[in-house]
Amino acid sequence: MAKIYTIMFFISLALFIASVVALASYGLNLGVDFKGGSVIELEFKEQPAIEEVQNAFRSVAELKDKELSLNSVGERGVLIRTDALTEDEHQKLLQALNRKFPGVQEKRFDSVGPAVGQELRRKSLTAIIIVLVAVIAYIALVFRKLSRTLSLWAMMGATVVGLLHDIVIPMGVFAVLSRFYGVQISAVFVAAILTILGYTVSDKVVIFDRVRENIIRGAKDDLGSIVHRSVMQTLVRSINNTLTVILSSLAIFLFGGESIRYFALALIIGIALGAYSSIFVAAPLMVWWSRKRQA
Amino acid sequence: MYRNAYILSAILTVSLLLFVFVAPQWVNQAIDFSNAKIGWKVPHVPEKPFRLGLDLLGGAHLEYQADLSQLGDQNPGDAMAGIRDVIERRVNLFGVSEPVVQVSGDDRLIVELAGIQDVNQAIQLIGETPFLEFREETPDTVAIIEAQQQGQRLNEIPFRSTGLNGKHIRRAQVTFDQQTLRPQISLELTDEGAQLFGEITKRNIGKLLAIYLDGMAISIPTVQSEITTGQAVITGTFTPQEAKLLATRLNSGALPVPIELVSQQTIGASLGAESLSKSLRAGVFGLLFVALFMIVFYRLPGIVSVFALLFYILIVLAVYKFIPVTLTLAGIAGFVLSLGMAVDANVLIFARMREELKAGRTLNQAVVEGFRRAWLSIRDSHVTTLLSAIILYAFTTSIVRGFALTLAIGAIISLATATIVTRSFLTAFMGRKFEARRWLFG
Repeated sequence: MAKIYTIMFFISLALFIASVVALASYGLNLGVDFKGGSVIELEFKEQPAIEEVQNAFRSVAELKDKELSLNSVGERGVLIRTDALTEDEHQKLLQALNRKFPGVQEKRFDSVGPAVGQELRRKSLTAIIIVLVAVIAYIALVFRKLSRTLSLWAMMGATVVGLLHDIVIPMGVFAVLSRFYGVQISAVFVAAILTILGYTVSDKVVIFDRVRENIIRGAKDDLGSIVHRSVMQTLVRSINNTLTVILSSLAIFLFGGESIRYFALALIIGIALGAYSSIFVAAPLMVWWSRKRQA
Repeated sequence: MYRNAYILSAILTVSLLLFVFVAPQWVNQAIDFSNAKIGWKVPHVPEKPFRLGLDLLGGAHLEYQADLSQLGDQNPGDAMAGIRDVIERRVNLFGVSEPVVQVSGDDRLIVELAGIQDVNQAIQLIGETPFLEFREETPDTVAIIEAQQQGQRLNEIPFRSTGLNGKHIRRAQVTFDQQTLRPQISLELTDEGAQLFGEITKRNIGKLLAIYLDGMAISIPTVQSEITTGQAVITGTFTPQEAKLLATRLNSGALPVPIELVSQQTIGASLGAESLSKSLRAGVFGLLFVALFMIVFYRLPGIVSVFALLFYILIVLAVYKFIPVTLTLAGIAGFVLSLGMAVDANVLIFARMREELKAGRTLNQAVVEGFRRAWLSIRDSHVTTLLSAIILYAFTTSIVRGFALTLAIGAIISLATATIVTRSFLTAFMGRKFEARRWLFG
């Protein structure tokens, strides 16, 4: 295959390794949904001093020893993160805050017990694995008639590697974002990952479709050239498809609410990578692995 | 030729009807305007609002864990259903429109109160639900009670569960014992409860029957005879006020097993309204971005696809109203995402068409071939998206589920509109006039 494939593949590999390193060293900043704990978003009549808020928090007897993290949000808002609170503790905290800062409003309150958080982690992981398996099964089903010229295993393997590439790199990006910007991963992030998986698979399938069609039409070159030609034929269409979805995700990112913004970002990165990996990861891998099997 | 005219006019009529269903407020405004001008008395069309989720209306999502460890050999499904009924009765007292009370998994209960003002009050009220059960003697009972009086075996409950519990109570009343004039609670059991009670009393004549409230025995009478009337009396050392309170609690529903609040998500109404307006803006801009792109890149077919997209939006919104689908923030994001995906199918078709045109086919052939060849890829990409949406739905909570649902609905409907509608529009544009102006097609 043309040299460019090798180069781009190694760039991909480098990005992938960088993401894994970022994940390992920074870790994903799991939000309350996954770790358990509480988040309270408050809006004050005027910007409060953070120490005052902290004092109000600690003044409640039950909350003296709880973990506490405070952030300013916007002009008059404060975000409090702490351990899971019972409703009783929650009310006591609100009363203490109201005494010190009359007129303070609670915009949002989430409290998740640790068992529920753990469950969500488990369910999310299972869901991701199931989607990967389902996708492989689907490819095996759709391309089974081709197993003589194209190695089915090579196709499935190449797809899985491509998909992993598509979800690990966004996770790496978010690991960096959470380290430097305090972005938290919520349950919606899992929705983004699963959507990326479901969507980018189709990109790869389209290329493989083309390859199949070219082979059926009687292409005589070696696999590398056929795949390259298929890629070129589907390139414009691939880019356009990716662009339309990125455009709509961009609208969400720019105009949607706070909680949905990072979800849109994850989608944009993942789907863009999806198009990229179909061409420069899945396609070349399929060629190289098919060659190995034939040899 | 005539066939296309039929299809086009059918599409137009359906669009109009759908529009009336989806946006009746605008239609009614227009009717008011024209009524004033012309003097007719055209009636208003019925207005049914979209159903909005918690994170757009404000409200609370509460998750309770039921303690099924003491059930013994009873059916956990029954116990959970009992909890569900009791809590739903209580929740209906808040006047929240369409509260959601659902069993989740084996031992969880989810309560969603959209638009509720005072969440704390709701939690208090639910937390006060009493947990009542009738327990009978086991061979070990006397031994355990004696040991407990010595301060041992305190972890064991001396009685065994019978299956007769709070959900079988139809009514509770305060009455006064004829002789001692002490207050007592008279229970009227449901039919099922009466039958159970009959069996229990029959096999326990002369033995102790313990009545446990909120995990503590409040009364341990000895069974005198078989009781088949479904009437039971709880005697104990209550003051009249305590008895009255207990009766009230029992009447608003008593649980078969204890429950505990393990997770809570509350969103203020102001944050909800903010999220809603932002989402709507995102939706409009998403549509704009995509439409512009399609027209600039694909010219005439691009315009056709924008019309197909508008039709798609009408159908999807109508489906949301009809089912009805609860729209959450993530759900609207799913909808905006599906706009990009709906257009995808068109992109595939047009790309193929271009190829065929380049290869020298006529417009007619290009359209037909374009559709035929693109179909497989369209089918594959939609199926994979559907697959992940289904798995998402099965594995997550209500807020993210909204996203999975809107994504799935989007995938299914876009499959239909992209093929049927785009095709009809395109075939309407065939013929010699357009043959000469091929550049229109990109």
